Amino acid sequence: MNRAIEIAKNPLLIALVLIAALLFLGNTLSPGFASGGQILRLLIVAALLGIVAAGQNLVILGGREGIDLSVGGVVSLSAIVAGNVMNGMDGGIPLAILACVATGALFGLFNGLGVTLLRIPPLVMTLGMLGVLQGLLVVIRQGIPSGRAAPALSEFVTKPFLLGLPGIIWLWIGVGLLMAFILHRTVFGHRIYAIGSNEQAAFMAGVPVRRIRIALFMLSGVFAAIAGLCLLGYSGSSFANVGEQYMLPSIIAVVFGGTPLSGGRGGYTGTMAGAVLLVVLQSILTTINIDESGRQMVFGVTLLVLMLFYGRGRGLRA
Amino acid sequence: MTSVSTSTRQENQGFRTLLGRFPFLPALFILVVLLVLNGIFEPNSLSFRSLTGLVRTYMALMLLAVAQTYVVYAAEIDLSVGAIASLVNVTIIVLMQNWGGGGLSVLAALGVGVLVGLACGLVNGFVVAALRLQAIVATFATSIFFTGLALVILPVAGMPAPTVFWRTYGGTFFGIPFVFYAAVALAFLLYLFARTRLATQLLAVGDGQQAAFQSGLPVTTIRIGGYVLCGVFAALAAFCITGDTASGDPLVGAKMTLFSVAAVVLGGSALSGGFGTVAGSVIAALIIGLINSLVFFAGTPSHWQNFVQGLAILAALMVGVLVSRRGRA
Repeated sequence: MNRAIEIAKNPLLIALVLIAALLFLGNTLSPGFASGGQILRLLIVAALLGIVAAGQNLVILGGREGIDLSVGGVVSLSAIVAGNVMNGMDGGIPLAILACVATGALFGLFNGLGVTLLRIPPLVMTLGMLGVLQGLLVVIRQGIPSGRAAPALSEFVTKPFLLGLPGIIWLWIGVGLLMAFILHRTVFGHRIYAIGSNEQAAFMAGVPVRRIRIALFMLSGVFAAIAGLCLLGYSGSSFANVGEQYMLPSIIAVVFGGTPLSGGRGGYTGTMAGAVLLVVLQSILTTINIDESGRQMVFGVTLLVLMLFYGRGRGLRA
Repeated sequence: MTSVSTSTRQENQGFRTLLGRFPFLPALFILVVLLVLNGIFEPNSLSFRSLTGLVRTYMALMLLAVAQTYVVYAAEIDLSVGAIASLVNVTIIVLMQNWGGGGLSVLAALGVGVLVGLACGLVNGFVVAALRLQAIVATFATSIFFTGLALVILPVAGMPAPTVFWRTYGGTFFGIPFVFYAAVALAFLLYLFARTRLATQLLAVGDGQQAAFQSGLPVTTIRIGGYVLCGVFAALAAFCITGDTASGDPLVGAKMTLFSVAAVVLGGSALSGGFGTVAGSVIAALIIGLINSLVFFAGTPSHWQNFVQGLAILAALMVGVLVSRRGRA
């Protein structure tokens, strides 16, 4: 019996059941909602969110109130950088990828240094960095007209490529495998869990806590930057603050995936399901015929109800 | 050698005691520096008139920072303060319009506004403390809900506030601008609150929930109380926003939420709870305002202003966190 409850409480299982239920509900409300093409479109949107959430997941797993509020700014900046570098030409893609990764890694490095060397709480450090990034976006938009995506990049994100799936979904599967490998098969991964569950003990055991934490923030920046690049391919051209919509949803995807904000427990498989769940939910709300205000209210309440399923805090009497 | 080291240690000790008693000192120092810099770049900015303008514009952020502080006392966070302020803003605007815009209807609408803020605080407190959801995500979800509600009440920005309302907020009485009366009233209110049992209990809960619970404190009720206090102050902030902008906007507060968190930290309160002052948050809100005006007065090209402001706020946060840690380490 206890074992059954334990299985039923598995966040991945909850998320998958909820996704299936939502798809069924969506298809009842609006026939064709769960058609193959529609699901593929949902998966592309989920992939963009899921890639951002991968970095967010790593930072949160590292514990000590780890969180990265600057991801939205990095996504926006990276989309603009990529657009300006490639400017609609396939030949510019390799350089654009390089520029994006460097941008993400650089801002992640700043975040990591602020959090480890100056010991500024991650929430505050990344929040301040978000302000800086938003300012930088204004500067760039004034100086240079925003560029366009190269055809090959747009095709990579939207056109079926292998087994009927577009490149971005394969990329996301790759990210999933990479995350699983890092977290469960490498020393680095074990150390992330170690510092996330007890930083002091990990430090005593000789784990280079600071370097790992800096690496986590850099990885978060890089994942956000890659998502920004793909987002450019998805939307064709970069525009202001496209990334803002990824900041808090990336955190919610992680929480829905069974990684508590306190860190040290959880993984990325659940987060992937969490990202899909969030995107399907948003899509259903666009499908049903209520206006923006009603949609927002339903979305807020649904998030709260869903959260009741996932790792609530322990009661004081427990 | 020994005597030298002893004396530095004593100095450190004195500095720490001072910081322990007045954790907002670093913020106050930054504030004074910014005032002086403002005066250098634009002597007019220190005129009574300019300072009044500054207080009038940033009164709302001060109140939101205060609101956020009470939740942070208990080691929580409220990402919905901006949405609550928006909701109250549109509620009072619509009510004032519907009730004719006279003095009495304004007062009645303000009363309802406070109740709306209180109700929002209750909702937040319930989901975070009673249902035990994680504060960051739960209050983000409620902020979406409150924004939806605000959009129901007033779908698009633009309905004007009654003249009597914004004339009062921007007006002068007995030669003193109204906002200064408001500031004095706020200071008195905060002074009284600092002496209440709830303030102490919130700090105790923030220091260690389990310990607070085991020593017999009604932890859940106290945490809900913190959110309710936060909601009420967010409503007061909405009054200032309404007075300053003289119109309703269902999204007006959204951008202020993260500034309120920044102000709390800059003011010397610990996000980990159990330690902080509202005075620090108020000063920090003014710092954010002064940074914005300084960047303007220093002649920064317009499209660089946001970037320089962002850098300056980040730098101020770093200095604030570093100095206040020295006081507590």
